[in-house]
Amino acid sequence: MFVYVLRRLSQTALVLAITSLLVFGGLYLVGDPVEILVNPSADQIEKERAAAALGLDKPIHEQYLTFVKGALTGNLGNSFVYARPALQVIFERMPATLELAFLAMLIAVTIGIPLGLYAGLRPGSPVSKAIMAGSILGFSLPTFWVGLILIIVFAVQLGWLPSTGRGPTTEVLGLQLSILNVEGLKYALLPAINLALFKLSLIIRLTRAQVREQSLLDYIKFARAKGLSNRRVIGVHLLKNIMIPLVTVIGLELGSVIAFAVVTETIFAWPGMGKLVIDSIFQLDRPVVVAYLLVVVFMFILINLVVDLLYSILDPRVRLADVRS
Amino acid sequence: MSVLPTPPSPADGVQTPWGRFASQFAESRLAMAGLVLLVVIVLTALLAPWIAPQDPYDLTKLDLLDARQPPGAQSMDGLTYWLGTDGQGRDMLSAIIYGMRVSLEVGVLSGAIALSIGSVLGVLAAYLGGRFEQVVMRIVDIQLGFPAILVALILLAVLGKGIDKIIIALVTVQWAYYARTARSAALVERHKEYIEAARSLGLSGARIVLRHLLPNALPPLIVVGTVQVAHAIALEATLSFLGLGLPPTEPSLGLLISNGYEYLMSGKYWISVYPGIALLLTILAINLVGDQLRDVLNPRLAR
Amino acid sequence: MSAPLLAVRNLRTEFATRDGVLPAVADVSIDLARGEVLGLVGESGSGKSVTGFSIIGLIDPPGRIAGGSIAFNGEELVGAAPERMRALRGRRIAMIFQDPMMTLNPVLSIETQMVETVLAHERTSREAARARSIDALTRVGIASAAERLHQYPHQFSGGMRQRVAIAIALLHSPELIIADEPTTALDVTVQGQILYEMQKLTRDSGTALIWITHDLAVVAGLADRIAVMYAGRIVEVGAAADVLESPCHPYTRGLLDSVPAATAPGQRLKQISGSTPSLLRLGAGCAFRERCPRATPECSAMPEMTTVDGRALRCHHPLAPVAREAA
Repeated sequence: MFVYVLRRLSQTALVLAITSLLVFGGLYLVGDPVEILVNPSADQIEKERAAAALGLDKPIHEQYLTFVKGALTGNLGNSFVYARPALQVIFERMPATLELAFLAMLIAVTIGIPLGLYAGLRPGSPVSKAIMAGSILGFSLPTFWVGLILIIVFAVQLGWLPSTGRGPTTEVLGLQLSILNVEGLKYALLPAINLALFKLSLIIRLTRAQVREQSLLDYIKFARAKGLSNRRVIGVHLLKNIMIPLVTVIGLELGSVIAFAVVTETIFAWPGMGKLVIDSIFQLDRPVVVAYLLVVVFMFILINLVVDLLYSILDPRVRLADVRS
Repeated sequence: MSVLPTPPSPADGVQTPWGRFASQFAESRLAMAGLVLLVVIVLTALLAPWIAPQDPYDLTKLDLLDARQPPGAQSMDGLTYWLGTDGQGRDMLSAIIYGMRVSLEVGVLSGAIALSIGSVLGVLAAYLGGRFEQVVMRIVDIQLGFPAILVALILLAVLGKGIDKIIIALVTVQWAYYARTARSAALVERHKEYIEAARSLGLSGARIVLRHLLPNALPPLIVVGTVQVAHAIALEATLSFLGLGLPPTEPSLGLLISNGYEYLMSGKYWISVYPGIALLLTILAINLVGDQLRDVLNPRLAR
Repeated sequence: MSAPLLAVRNLRTEFATRDGVLPAVADVSIDLARGEVLGLVGESGSGKSVTGFSIIGLIDPPGRIAGGSIAFNGEELVGAAPERMRALRGRRIAMIFQDPMMTLNPVLSIETQMVETVLAHERTSREAARARSIDALTRVGIASAAERLHQYPHQFSGGMRQRVAIAIALLHSPELIIADEPTTALDVTVQGQILYEMQKLTRDSGTALIWITHDLAVVAGLADRIAVMYAGRIVEVGAAADVLESPCHPYTRGLLDSVPAATAPGQRLKQISGSTPSLLRLGAGCAFRERCPRATPECSAMPEMTTVDGRALRCHHPLAPVAREAA
């Protein structure tokens, strides 16, 4: 187990290194950040001084080496725009994105699994058909467009919920979270629903597919032959089997939700990492873009690792493979 | 443990495989509706120059006085703006028709290229095995570990705008799905005994790959293909909305929606909403068809 | 004669398929006395498994019991309320399936799967249920039952898993156990063990057993009576020894002849000509007539089931029973 984790960590380092190389090199080819940050009417000396201050006058491989050296000590350079450590800027905005992602996944899971279960157990019923039709609609709707519609309907027309921004925060364990108070929740609701819609459809379909597949298997018939109540057959036997693939998918989707927050945050002007990176791309604030990517990739790999571990805990066939009868 | 006896043999005059496939597909009314919708959309896009009331790219035809007209308004020369006009006085209906064309073009083209590259690599990986397979699948795994939108974002940030750039980005994002699917399907086939027999008979590798492995990978690839094309269209729309990707001269639906964003608050919803509906219908149609395809081609749902 | 434990009359179970209604069980009537072992023999598609599932009430849509009656202890099972069937299953009627790896839930421990069976039908404590489970496992020959209780199905060998399934079936001392090809998925050596165990256990507890199989040899030493099924109907029933030594139905004769041991070495193996007909397109007459060496035009009318001397037959031209030599 220990060797396994070690191997995964070294893979992580490799992936991070490659990513940083690709991104760094790629961004270097795009435009000149000095043009954007410095007053265009400034003369050449000003620009050169600005460039030197940002470290842009050195050749690229030197810049990269500086970057790597810094990275190994946790310093990913200073943001061109904010003149602060890029990592710091990202971490400041991370809780906003994470709480949004978390809320979205919560909505998707608590609504999606029961609906998928129902649709799988009663495939012919009109309710099931409606659920399935709805789910196809759910993942056909482009997220950004749904966001617009949500704003039009709920904020502009009905005025129930605010359309942009993040609500007041409460402090928990040193983090500023806004979803723990009612006011903050109101601000978070529309963007979270927006994010959740796609995942919700996915979870409904996945749950239903799993239920349909597993219900045909013999162990369900055997459980019924033992005279177990329907509630137990479905609630224990079936559920435990479908949870395993379900949990792994949900875990992986969490990572995807964090990435997709980019779009939702832009539309709802939610001050998270996603909006930050879009702005940074347009402002050519390279350190922030690079830092964001590395942080997100790292989170992804971490999530993957946790999911793998979770899988081996949940499935006794994997967990107890070594024990011989 | 099967409880049912063997099905009737083809000699009894029952349907051919194609006939069976078609009738199974037709079982879902939703899927048939999706198919009809898809055909309509594709035809509309193909026949755009003849169907659209106005050429939205022809700047001479635009009249700024007609800008931001609501749906149903009339232009000076008697043209009805069925879906209103946008900020430059462009007829929304025409813009949407051409926009659908661009969206479909980009989606299908990138899908086709990604399919070709991905399936060739995948099947080869399955057939050649060894180092080649390991390296290819490693790359696939890493690529699939990244969310599509991030990869596309960075690529476009680097490459800039242009229809070819966005196709490159979309292909980069999609090929890995095709590769993985193709490899899995080919692997299943590859390990079957008749392939061993074919090899021992001296049949060339190319023949084996082309005649056996590739055709067997087709059904799952088709299913993945429809889903991916829908994704590609949605992704392109999202990227265009964010300001990356397509140049404003050839707007796809995403760009149209983005252009209309600023008018939302002032109640001129049609500039954003109608392109959005068109986008939705396109993606929906593809998904409906793809969904039923997956059900019909899935060997694990005992039919 | 005391009333039979199980009386099936004209059972008909159908499946609605894309190509039409399929009568998996067309017309089955059979009695089972208390403590009796019945071997239900037939090839794939003969309807033997469906008969078993019909009795225990596990026919799901698109299948349904379309007609006939199943009387268990005098109680009618066809059309019984689902809750009543649930109460009977696992308690008065139990079932063992073919592949124990697929029938035991792979993600639940043996303890969970056994204790839940006890608690589904009786209000006792968990400890008492545990104790009964350990007891049952020991009875079927599983050593160190208390430790093995915590393990999962994949940690048992095939034969052991089937023993666990048998133990589960015996938990409530049912009056009837339906075993659907329980040894087909096991090694030959293990088959013999399981057969022996089942025989011993059912004799000891007086449980009636319906052993469903396609292999005559398996039920040879075990069954009191043998019923042969073909295309959804029973074609021959009789005492096991009688049926095996002097079969009267041409199909049974064909089955016995095709056993390799029945052929002298060096000779061509005998086969029943033709192949199983599709149940969707059976004509009106005897289902076996196209493969039967004794068929005549008379066979285009379905023969009725006639009983002579304890032997039931569905045939217009049965073979004459060979008189048994004095032992």
